[in-house]
Amino acid sequence: MDVSELGFDTINLGHGSGGLMTRELLDKIIFKTFSNPFLDQKHDGAILRIDNEIAISTDSFVISPIFFKGGNIGELAVNGTVNDVAMCGAIPKYLSLAFIVEEGLKIEEFIEIVNSIKIAADKSGVLIVTGDTKVVERGKGDKIFINTTGFGEVHSKANISTENIRTGDKIIANGFIAQHGMAIMSQREGLEFESTIVSDTTNVNFLTNKLLDKFGNKIHLFRDPTRGGVASVLSEIANDINNGITIFEDKLPLEKQVAAACEILGLDPLYVANEGVFIAFVEAEVADDVIAMMHDDEKGRNAVCIGEVTEDHPNKVVMYSSIGGKRIVTPLIGEQLPRIC
Amino acid sequence: MKYLSEYRNLEATKAYLDLIERSITRPWNIMEICGGQTHGLVKNGILELLPDKVRMIHGPGCPVCVTPLNLIDKAIELLENDVIVCSFGDMIRVPGSKKSLLEAKANGGDLRILYSPLEAVNIAKKNPDKEVVFFAVGFETTAPANALSVLHAQKENVKNYSILVSHVLVPPAMEAILDDEFSNIDAFLGAGHVCAIMGLQEYYPLAEKYKIPIVITGFEPLDLVQGIYMAVQQLEKGIHKVENQYARVVKEEGNRAALNVIHQVFEVGDREWRGIGEIPNSGYLLRKEFTDFDAEKKFGISHIIVPENSDCIAGEILKGIKKPFECSQFGNNCTPFKPLGAPMVSSEGACAAYYHFSNNLISS
Repeated sequence: MDVSELGFDTINLGHGSGGLMTRELLDKIIFKTFSNPFLDQKHDGAILRIDNEIAISTDSFVISPIFFKGGNIGELAVNGTVNDVAMCGAIPKYLSLAFIVEEGLKIEEFIEIVNSIKIAADKSGVLIVTGDTKVVERGKGDKIFINTTGFGEVHSKANISTENIRTGDKIIANGFIAQHGMAIMSQREGLEFESTIVSDTTNVNFLTNKLLDKFGNKIHLFRDPTRGGVASVLSEIANDINNGITIFEDKLPLEKQVAAACEILGLDPLYVANEGVFIAFVEAEVADDVIAMMHDDEKGRNAVCIGEVTEDHPNKVVMYSSIGGKRIVTPLIGEQLPRIC
Repeated sequence: MKYLSEYRNLEATKAYLDLIERSITRPWNIMEICGGQTHGLVKNGILELLPDKVRMIHGPGCPVCVTPLNLIDKAIELLENDVIVCSFGDMIRVPGSKKSLLEAKANGGDLRILYSPLEAVNIAKKNPDKEVVFFAVGFETTAPANALSVLHAQKENVKNYSILVSHVLVPPAMEAILDDEFSNIDAFLGAGHVCAIMGLQEYYPLAEKYKIPIVITGFEPLDLVQGIYMAVQQLEKGIHKVENQYARVVKEEGNRAALNVIHQVFEVGDREWRGIGEIPNSGYLLRKEFTDFDAEKKFGISHIIVPENSDCIAGEILKGIKKPFECSQFGNNCTPFKPLGAPMVSSEGACAAYYHFSNNLISS
């Protein structure tokens, strides 16, 4: 899209007025980019058909900086919600897309975000079917906030629930943890440090779908450890079941640079946010085959079993340290804060 | 990565644990000075791997924990008066008398979380119409960077930058602990990073005066078990000297460049410690020639004095007289969600370390 054709280079309050300026923004950027039979009706909402059980998930994205190494807020807004739907054992089909833009956002940046959304949606196999654009005064937003709601059809073989978790279940991570959070951290104002760590934001819905095709109800749970990291998600799960969870520090998939960055900043990778990472609780007998299938997929190349479900220490997550000690893993309380020394 | 993996080696750690087990004949109370060491002991599950005869007592070396309530209230006062306050991250959740810095930020204060005080000088340069204050807390470890920020601001003629100083020193705190009639410490693990700056000189007179072994120790699991082993050896032999376990980082004379910067900007003076009270000559104050960079003087906030929360036994925790679980408030009225005192907030605080990681406590 040629920005000069638009006749404006920043988004202003008029673009959220609902009048002709809004129409221009929608026609020239949104409808043009995301055109599909549902959206093209330009109705107040979208009328869809989903024949089976439906999974719905919604998420708002408020990240700063909005452009980061490995992605931007747009693809995050698609992948995050697509993955949340996939975690329900569903095949994501449709997305709603709502922007809250702070006046003054450069139109070039907006277009780059919109284009990223289009690419991410195509990669995930979802259509943007309805949306909304609001503009707020300068100082009342942080450049751009995005909300997406995803709708998916539950896989016919899926039976995803914490109730299915049993003693002996293996806990598998599909890849390196803590990459996304550290990529963002490395670019945050005042905390910048040089690294080549890039966010691993991506959609995992095709991989989870394949796993369900083959292993069906032997997969007991999928969860994506986004904010709060692996520790917080496992703590939540442990709290919901009558068993305990044991994980092993030396099994945690951690890329060397990320491990080093966490050390330097005094952050625990278990609490750092992830994108493109999911945790699967599976029956022990299929664990090796699940990992093998993940290894054959680019989204699961570094999959590894990080722990198991135990009868011991119900409702608690215990991690064995690399020197053989053990500790309780608790959920994250507030934001993980850089330490003094 | 070599440093990470090698100093977390299972076999080597076990070998030292065996050596401790075989050589120890009676119980010894060993205090690790630094909160980072406390964290390492608890996080890696070392406490429960050690023989029962080794009793680790957690020391006062958590800068967040010993920063007095007054200072937090002063920083909040600045935040509420249109000053940009910059702070290390773990300071911001510590409760002041009425609220924390984080709550003051939520109420509209411009609080920035930084890793380096030099960045605060840059913020001051970018905001010439605003006052910018760095909350300069910490032990000897953070003093060089804080001092450097002042020198940097002076050189660049940045007039809208100042620091709110709450620097404390390790050796006077060790002395205060040893002089306390209730403390019962047989040996110290000295703080490795503090000595990386300061060197070993200050510790010889302490070891001699109190006849107590001091082993300067690092932070990795292997450092910690080796440091404990070295302390136990001295105790069993009945000797008391300063030893350097962390020799890969700590040099006898310390870091001369860092020391020069510290001495240029700071002088030793009396300091109040949270929960402990005032300890003579236990902190750094800005030298007279840098008064312009002293936020307390610049903004006239020295008068802010508030009493400590009487339910919090932080003083006894920091002196190692009581363990966190011996506090009646621990885990019920005082949790990381709603901390009464700083040791429950900081990731290095003894109370938070126990709350987060300790098996028997959390399951009970």
